[in-house]
Amino acid sequence: MVELGVSRTVLPVGSKAHHASGWWGMLTVIATEATLFAYLLFSYFYIASHAIGAWPPYGMPKLSLAIPCTMLLVAGSFTMWWGERGIDRDNPVRLMIGLVVSAVLGLVFIALEGLEWAGEPFHLTSDAYSSLYFTVTGFHLVHVAVGLLLLMVLFVWTALGYFDAQRHSAVSIGVLYWHFITIVWLAVFFTFYIAPRLG
Amino acid sequence: MSEVETFRAPIIARASDRSPSSQILKSNWEGAGGVAGWLSSVDHKEIGKRYLVTAFLFLIIGGLEAAVMRAQLAQPNEHLLTPEQYNQLFTMHGVTMIFLYALPVLSGFSNYLWPLLLGSRDMAFPRLNALSYWVFLFAGIFLYVSFPLGKAPDDGWFNYVPYASRAYNPGPNIDVYALGMVLLGISTTVGSINFIVTLLRMRAPGMSINRVPILIWGTLTASVGNLFAVPAVSLAFFMLWMDRQFGTHFFDVSAGGQPLLWQHLFWMFGHPWVYAIVLPAMGIVSDGLPTFCRRPLVGYTPVALATVATMALGFGVWVHHMFATGLPVIAMSYFSAASMIIVIPSSVAVFSWVATIWTGRPVFTSAFLFFVGFVILFVIGGVSGFMTAAVPVDLQLTHTYFVVAHLHYVIIGINVFPVVGGIFYWFPKITGRLMNEALGKWSFWVMFIGFNVGFFPMHILGIAGMPRRIYTYPEYLGWGPLNLIVTLGSYLFAIGVLLFFLNVFVSLKRGKRAGDNPWDAASLEWSTSSPPPVYNFAVIPTVASRYPLWEGRLNQSDDDRSSMQEGFLLDKGRETMGTTSLDAEPDVILKMPPDAYSPLVLALALAVLFIGALLHSWWLLGASLVVILLASTSWLWPQRSLSQIET
Amino acid sequence: MSYWHTYGPAGDPITKLGWGLGIVSIVVTVVIAVMLLGGLFRRRTKRAPDDAQLAVSREGGGMGWIYVGVGVSTVILIICMGWTLVTSASVSHPPSTPALTVQVTASQWWWSLRYTSDDMSRTFITANEIHIPVGQPVRFELASVDVIHSFWVPQLGGKMDVIPGQTNVTWLQADKPGVYRGQCAVFCGAEHALMALEVIADTPRDFRAWQDDQLRETPISSSATVRAGQKVFQAHCAACHTIRGSDAAGIVGPDLTHLMSRRTLAAGLFPNTQGNLAGWIAAPQGLKPGAQMPDHLVSGTDLTAVLGYLNTLQ
Repeated sequence: MVELGVSRTVLPVGSKAHHASGWWGMLTVIATEATLFAYLLFSYFYIASHAIGAWPPYGMPKLSLAIPCTMLLVAGSFTMWWGERGIDRDNPVRLMIGLVVSAVLGLVFIALEGLEWAGEPFHLTSDAYSSLYFTVTGFHLVHVAVGLLLLMVLFVWTALGYFDAQRHSAVSIGVLYWHFITIVWLAVFFTFYIAPRLG
Repeated sequence: MSEVETFRAPIIARASDRSPSSQILKSNWEGAGGVAGWLSSVDHKEIGKRYLVTAFLFLIIGGLEAAVMRAQLAQPNEHLLTPEQYNQLFTMHGVTMIFLYALPVLSGFSNYLWPLLLGSRDMAFPRLNALSYWVFLFAGIFLYVSFPLGKAPDDGWFNYVPYASRAYNPGPNIDVYALGMVLLGISTTVGSINFIVTLLRMRAPGMSINRVPILIWGTLTASVGNLFAVPAVSLAFFMLWMDRQFGTHFFDVSAGGQPLLWQHLFWMFGHPWVYAIVLPAMGIVSDGLPTFCRRPLVGYTPVALATVATMALGFGVWVHHMFATGLPVIAMSYFSAASMIIVIPSSVAVFSWVATIWTGRPVFTSAFLFFVGFVILFVIGGVSGFMTAAVPVDLQLTHTYFVVAHLHYVIIGINVFPVVGGIFYWFPKITGRLMNEALGKWSFWVMFIGFNVGFFPMHILGIAGMPRRIYTYPEYLGWGPLNLIVTLGSYLFAIGVLLFFLNVFVSLKRGKRAGDNPWDAASLEWSTSSPPPVYNFAVIPTVASRYPLWEGRLNQSDDDRSSMQEGFLLDKGRETMGTTSLDAEPDVILKMPPDAYSPLVLALALAVLFIGALLHSWWLLGASLVVILLASTSWLWPQRSLSQIET
Repeated sequence: MSYWHTYGPAGDPITKLGWGLGIVSIVVTVVIAVMLLGGLFRRRTKRAPDDAQLAVSREGGGMGWIYVGVGVSTVILIICMGWTLVTSASVSHPPSTPALTVQVTASQWWWSLRYTSDDMSRTFITANEIHIPVGQPVRFELASVDVIHSFWVPQLGGKMDVIPGQTNVTWLQADKPGVYRGQCAVFCGAEHALMALEVIADTPRDFRAWQDDQLRETPISSSATVRAGQKVFQAHCAACHTIRGSDAAGIVGPDLTHLMSRRTLAAGLFPNTQGNLAGWIAAPQGLKPGAQMPDHLVSGTDLTAVLGYLNTLQ
């Protein structure tokens, strides 16, 4: 081997923000997950368009819980964005606050969804509409739950002092997923609660 | 301990496999030996080989199933099989060939070759790569669990409801199929993610997006397609399982569900999938054929664009599988026209291959014969597809043996022939030994003649009115003689495949030593040893053209040359170069993970999760979920050694 | 079943288009094969001095092949596409409004047929054998009681799937009297292979006669042996089969009112002969395993009696 010298460009080493392969990986995960929800909503619209009789069959879905749910997730995205900005400025405490607040908002979302589920006059097995309703919102709830786990793990890692302004790609990746969950909810919300009101 | 470095000006060196520096690379990259090393390896070459071997095993299983079916159909009114046995066999034959052979075998090539073609030391996510393989293996086994019980899936690979619903198909068979497909979908998805990020991040400096080999374009396109297509089928199978086990009504007409929703979701997936199992194989030919024509591929750019265009169109044609379901004529006309337009990108590829042969100087190796044979089979499979794309004609042809002929010309002609040719081509790189050429030519002619004798008459049987998926037929319809020819031809084809496998086994031990570049080929994988060292390249190559190893001979200016001997050394642990997505400028020094058991553990836990779901064993399901969470957390735990944390 | 040639306006334009596209396909394949062979074996003017030399000295070249090849392919494509769309429109509707509508109900693995009429007294049900008048379009309304099937009489026209929850409509017309075989085309379970039907195109007069025949109810027989057979039938078969004019009114299986007027048995499985009929009644599960009709284990005498009765159902 002959050493010919060193590169004139200095390169970052390892996982750094958008240099991290994981960040790119998360973008592709989001692409495929978004497609999954697109197919779920396609199924909803397909069955709706072939429905005989009233649609939705149980009258307009109530907004009294759905709107607060929407606000919780949107707020959770903002708090998470605020927290991530904290670690950008080398402030792990601010990140931890952001993680905790967002997680609590997510938990309340799950609780409200549970309340809405319990109050529905139909069950999973009542008809095609009810199957779709519980399956689509259920898929989303599972995503929220996974998001909560992610936030918890990120909290532990932050508490262990793993992240600083230079190196926190895991945080950026997790936050990206959290925003995705909010955006998917907006699509679900529009489909189930708004679209029937437009027709 | 010292601070983890955050920035470095990497050393540039001149080195080869024989340099002392390569000893350091070797110790960095080599895994543990023995069973432990085997189970924990994340080396893309190892994983690629496993994919190839496993996919070929499934090819043999699917072939045996076909052989039994052809015995049943060789004569009218045969009684070798019961209808139920026949229906399970044709279903498992389709499932095996389409899902467990056709894509995995291409994943095998791509896993093995991508980093070598791209001038990298591994894939973007080596552990994900291992996970993808293990899940594929377990999903393949899972799909076969009910076979020995005589309760294999029996509704064809496209599994139409309501015959697949519980009312008509109560056994565990369809549940096995449904859950197995969701599990397999996980493997396909993570594999696709790996290819996409690898392409975006892991190319050698200078290998801008317009310099990557066509195989890369093929696998990339297939992977992007899978990313958007697989969720449709996973969802459809999940909903079917819910309908069967929990009484939902997605496909149940009596409660507002729609049987045709299944067909839409299935074919939204199914058609892109067909392109996913042929585009990488077409890429194999587009890269291999020019080597034996002693010239670059004619029309690199149009061929690359045609590859992408085919997949893009492929997402807008699914309804051509449903022309007889009673859709409005205007909708069918749109889908018919869209399907026919695929002729255009396909003809770009065909004329590129023809022009490459015409303007080149062919060297008649076994690999070359398979590639040329492929071109003509591609045309036959293409024109028969064109005929079925025409709505009115399809109303006659669909669900007949004409379609069976068409899909075998596509899958055998456009997948198996390039795959076998690809093995002849890259076998010396993978093993260091050449395959036997004389035997290779025999296997080509036996396969090529057997295939056409066996499968061409199926077109005629289809026009003679023979529906597909029938276990028997009466004598007076006159289908007997052609069916006998089909059976004999397909057996001849099977003998050709056996000759090929025989060649592989003999050549593994006795093949002539190959050297680095036995075919005098142009791409990067031929610049390293055969078989390649565990770290692939002693230095990261720098690329200045599409044909780095032919540069002296294709008049290019001397100051712009690729460099295989001089480049970034990157020897401080498992390292490779991350580059920018389009221009492939050096962007980051990537730290690659060590060998790990976490992929195997995670894959096992996933398999157990699906077994729990199949058996309604909720504690098993819960326990495996816990293992999955723990294994993923430990996998993702930020590592100092990967420069993910600094203190 | 072969549709190289078809016999009516629902099929003929398709057959023409099919031949056209088929010939285009063969020509395309042959032309490309010839070009390939030419490329492989043409005499190359310059022998390369050594193997290391490439066939060309620069990367480009040969693009003319792609331009011309794709150009010609596109022109052919557009012509074929136009022809396809025209054909598609011409077979989607019959040339005149059909006077006759037959409701076809598919089930595993046979076909129930209901001939409708504005005059309810001219409506009747039969199975597996469709009679149509020559030279007139006939409308078919397709429904399924279980899984997806496909209604296909290749010599008269393309298929139409039969899907639960929706009624698909198609039409056929035979311009020549004769027997046209049909078969279920979508995989529908164990005996998908044995779900055939026949379309018999009669002259208008014969068709009218057949219709009148089918409308007749079975007279009560005066023969004691026939009555004994009818009793056996009532005991063993009536839960599933209907014979109009008797107490048998089951709807699970085919209507047998005019069984002996049919050419075949068990959805086209075999010709309607005494031997086949006896065999079918005695052991349907041996001949069509999985079919809904069970093996009844009737005694020899019962079998003879039932056969005697069925023979009266002309």
